[in-house]
Amino acid sequence: MSGQELLFLLSGLKWTLALSAVGFVGGAIFGLLIALARTSPNKTIAKAAEYYIGIFQGTPLLMQLFVVYFGLPLIGLRLDAWIAVAIGFTLHASAYLGEIWRGAIQAVPRGQTEAANALALKYWPRTRDIILPQALRISLPATIGFLVQLIKGTSLAALVGFTELSLAGKFIANQTFRPLVVYGVVGILYFLICWPLSLYGARLERKFAAASR
Amino acid sequence: MDYKFDFGPVWDGMPGLLMGCLGTLYLALAGMVLATIIGIGGVILRDSRFPPFRWLIKSFVELIRNTPFLVQCYFIFFALPLLGEQLGVLMFDFGLTDKAGNVLRLSPTATAVIALGVNGGAYAIEIIRGGVQAVSKGQIEAGLALGLHRAQVFRLIVLKPALRAIYPSLTSQFTLLTLTTSVASAIAAYELTSVAEDINGRTFRTFEIYFTVTLMYLAISTLMALLFNAISRRYFSYPVK
Repeated sequence: MSGQELLFLLSGLKWTLALSAVGFVGGAIFGLLIALARTSPNKTIAKAAEYYIGIFQGTPLLMQLFVVYFGLPLIGLRLDAWIAVAIGFTLHASAYLGEIWRGAIQAVPRGQTEAANALALKYWPRTRDIILPQALRISLPATIGFLVQLIKGTSLAALVGFTELSLAGKFIANQTFRPLVVYGVVGILYFLICWPLSLYGARLERKFAAASR
Repeated sequence: MDYKFDFGPVWDGMPGLLMGCLGTLYLALAGMVLATIIGIGGVILRDSRFPPFRWLIKSFVELIRNTPFLVQCYFIFFALPLLGEQLGVLMFDFGLTDKAGNVLRLSPTATAVIALGVNGGAYAIEIIRGGVQAVSKGQIEAGLALGLHRAQVFRLIVLKPALRAIYPSLTSQFTLLTLTTSVASAIAAYELTSVAEDINGRTFRTFEIYFTVTLMYLAISTLMALLFNAISRRYFSYPVK
């Protein structure tokens, strides 16, 4: 593999990182709304959020990308390919993060809510200052675990024709007839990004488990 | 919006799509069986007394869990045949085979099953290991002290509680594996998504087809969840009500 080919792979890697970042940040913002809706005292809102999560967890990520990618132009939105794909990942991430954070919010001891109520705190200050900071800590290992899933998931953008790391690898492999080396390098690049995150997530999990024992 | 929806081509392709569902279920089932075998075998090696085995399984789990499934598919499908060629020549030289053929050229479906099994197996190892560790040593000793055979201790004291502990995570991993089969369309394995791509290539009713297929996946995963719940109620619920 020549230097130029490696450079092409690295430009694919850049898009993988960009998609992961946009998907994660966008997913975190919408995911927080989903988590709050899912734990809302209003039954209709909670039920709607539950269905939203169920649909995204019950269908393949690849289909979600296809439907969003080909569906957006039908509702009159003609967007750049990469923005359309990023919207797909954002929706996907919002459902998964929403479910993870729902669990974390419900894992905050009930006495905390009652104490906040007793102090006459309204919904928003109570959620923002009492519940969410504690929930964030509880949810951290699972959130990092999902981030790794999301980074790996961006490889599916290759199948709608978006040139990120996996598709760049496929191009180079077809061009050089050396799939063993090229897919090896592609795999190593993914591994180098995901592994440190996985290790960090596992360490946090052990730390929290030891603290709560 | 000037786009007219037309689900006609989807309806015409329905027999093919339903066959595709069977293909998906076949891949999923074969993948689950292979993942379970790799999971159980992996746990035995992972906790063996021979350090190289432990080291090997640990690296395998980390490597598989931190690379995308799509890249694993590509690697098995495009890269392994090159190794297979070399291996075939080597085996011929040593007189193990009567001609120097490729021993690692796999069909798309075989590739998909192996990739699903290996990927799911890496996750299964961690899940099953957690379940085995959940059974405390004192319970095994208590069982033996009550005069149970080793086989009875294994069946009543180790296996059932361990299965009960791992069941929720293992089945949700299996549902995820079923949804992952759609990625196997990238190497043209026969399943629902590749059938959908085929119909799309002939009719260009892209949105309608993928929307319908998404609903079919939702139906498959919902039915699987119901089945897993029914099994859990039947076999893993505590007898005391």
